[in-house]
Amino acid sequence: MRLTRRTSGCMAAVAVTAALALTGCSGSDAAEPAASGGSAAADELTPVTLQLQWFTQAQFAGYYAALDQGYYEEEGLAVEIVEGGVDIVPQTVLADGSVDFAIAWVPKALASREQGAGITDVAQIFARSGTLQVSLKEAGITTAADLQGKKVGNWGYGNEFELFAGITAAGLDPAADVTLVQQQFDMNALLSGEIDAAQAMTYNEYAQVLEAENPATGELYTAEDFNVIDWNDEGTAMLQDAIWANTDKLASDADYEATTVKFIKASLKGWIYARDNAEAARDAVVAAGAQLGNSHQLWQTNEVNKLIWPSVAGIGMIDEAAWAQTVDVAMNTKNDQGASVISAAPSDDAYTNEYVTQALDELLAEGVDVTGEGFEPIDVTLEAGGN
Amino acid sequence: MTPAPERVRRGWVRPLRRLAVGVLAGLAAAAIWELYTLLGPDAGGHLFGASLLPRAEARSMPHVWDVVARMLAPESSATGAPSVAVAMLQACWFTLRVALAGWLAGVVAGFGLAIGMQRFRLAESAVFPWVVLSQTVPLIALAPLVVGWGGKIQVGDLVWERWMSVALIASYLAFFPVAVGALRGLQSPEQAHVELFRAQAASPWRTFRSLRLPASVPYVIPALRLAAATAVVGAIVAEVSTGTKGGIGRLIIAYAQAASGDPAKPWAAIVGAALLGLVAAGLVSLLSLGLGRYRHSEVS
Repeated sequence: MRLTRRTSGCMAAVAVTAALALTGCSGSDAAEPAASGGSAAADELTPVTLQLQWFTQAQFAGYYAALDQGYYEEEGLAVEIVEGGVDIVPQTVLADGSVDFAIAWVPKALASREQGAGITDVAQIFARSGTLQVSLKEAGITTAADLQGKKVGNWGYGNEFELFAGITAAGLDPAADVTLVQQQFDMNALLSGEIDAAQAMTYNEYAQVLEAENPATGELYTAEDFNVIDWNDEGTAMLQDAIWANTDKLASDADYEATTVKFIKASLKGWIYARDNAEAARDAVVAAGAQLGNSHQLWQTNEVNKLIWPSVAGIGMIDEAAWAQTVDVAMNTKNDQGASVISAAPSDDAYTNEYVTQALDELLAEGVDVTGEGFEPIDVTLEAGGN
Repeated sequence: MTPAPERVRRGWVRPLRRLAVGVLAGLAAAAIWELYTLLGPDAGGHLFGASLLPRAEARSMPHVWDVVARMLAPESSATGAPSVAVAMLQACWFTLRVALAGWLAGVVAGFGLAIGMQRFRLAESAVFPWVVLSQTVPLIALAPLVVGWGGKIQVGDLVWERWMSVALIASYLAFFPVAVGALRGLQSPEQAHVELFRAQAASPWRTFRSLRLPASVPYVIPALRLAAATAVVGAIVAEVSTGTKGGIGRLIIAYAQAASGDPAKPWAAIVGAALLGLVAAGLVSLLSLGLGRYRHSEVS
């Protein structure tokens, strides 16, 4: 039986469509590397990839500012920023050698280390925790002790330990004295009363509730409508965003060590730029393809700045006391399944101030303000939906 | 002689009627949605602490017209931001191409496996359980792994891009129905027909081309359609999982972050994903138009 003309025509059509689709895909990707800051001089630059925890947003403003301002290029680096996703674990991607550096929270990275990931914290960007427990004013929850008998939302997946440590420190049993509720990405459960106190990052979910309309007034919710528990005040805060490097390569590869110093230096410079030019840094993030709105990104830049500045020892320096508190909570706090983040203290190569000290010395020699003692946050007005 | 008017009318009336029914079904869905927001409990329905019914208030279930209005409004206040509808269509176009690439790879792999399994009984008993087993691996476990390998693959000038990992994951879902459907199809000729070919000393290739392949069409077409749907699902899930920029899966997650303050926005992206599945299945139906003469009885 021969193929009819119609059949073969149809198959040809499929083949052509397929070819178009495939060339179309590669065509669109050819334009992509522009985002990585490549230039004509890219041949002489050292290629460096940085893995983020999430999509492009102002939580990573410093890195996008450094890219936008050409700080990485000044150090001889061609940096490509790789966005995260729901199931991308930055420290794992770093450990398996797919990227050169990664941004990760300290407790999660310590858990990965315990499972064999060879990674080292080389610069602690956020000095403070950005995790809050937010509740509506009328619930009257201002301290961890007030959570007794309440419906408490948390994201799980290792994001819950500050909360559990706080509840335990207040003399409550997380498994018996509070009702734990698994929380979604959005804050609807809090606003509809399904959860009494919801987990929120100062720079993201807390902004989301302030971008939502209060049905009682027809206006946006304001900070006066909410109480927040700040784990920095409760003494159970854990260190969050840090730059992690590959431990083995630091030990064996002098070039990688030099690159690490350069990368940290340029990144810190980006964060300093974001401190002094919040709006310009926000614009760099939006231009890099952030999908949340402008006011939301500016709020995020400002809140992230508050987690960094003022930085007494200089941005990126790992504070031993804060590290020890993080390790203590990670080792000794049990979640509702009875698991702790880590079972033993991390080895000495879990963090080092060696590279960030070099980077800070170079920045100081250039006359850059690395402590931001006079830092004042700006006032950000959030608009509906963060637009 | 001119063709009978009855025939001409039927030529365009039928597709038009199907389109009208499709539009009506969409309107009916919108009406049910609105009815629920009107009558459903604002706090949602709970049974023994488990959430059964969705919350009906505007933040969880925005009105249909609000979603439509949101689609036409700009994505954000950034200068030059496209409207949500444009961003959604661009994302759908990206995902459609990735899904199509995955579908093609899946069809080729699935058909190849089916031919191998039909030809060699041993291959069937050795491979078939693995084919079934492959679908029990959860996609969210697989996606980061595939992306991880992807970072290390470099063959000549070919640089492995993130979208190729997504297409690979889509093909991983798409090959399954094709392998199963094509195998059943290739095995479907009656014994008498097979024996006739053997009696005529037809070569295996001839038997394949003139008997088994045409006979497999009624089985393969539904399998291809199913594969198109799973390729789209696979591409979307892989995009969500790996955060691949440009696609509808990524857009859904990005918009979902604005769900509390801008509830209509994520729904716009979800509508886009649904449309994408329809378009993909529709494209495969187009493909089957040319194969009408082999489709006396379709099996799904």
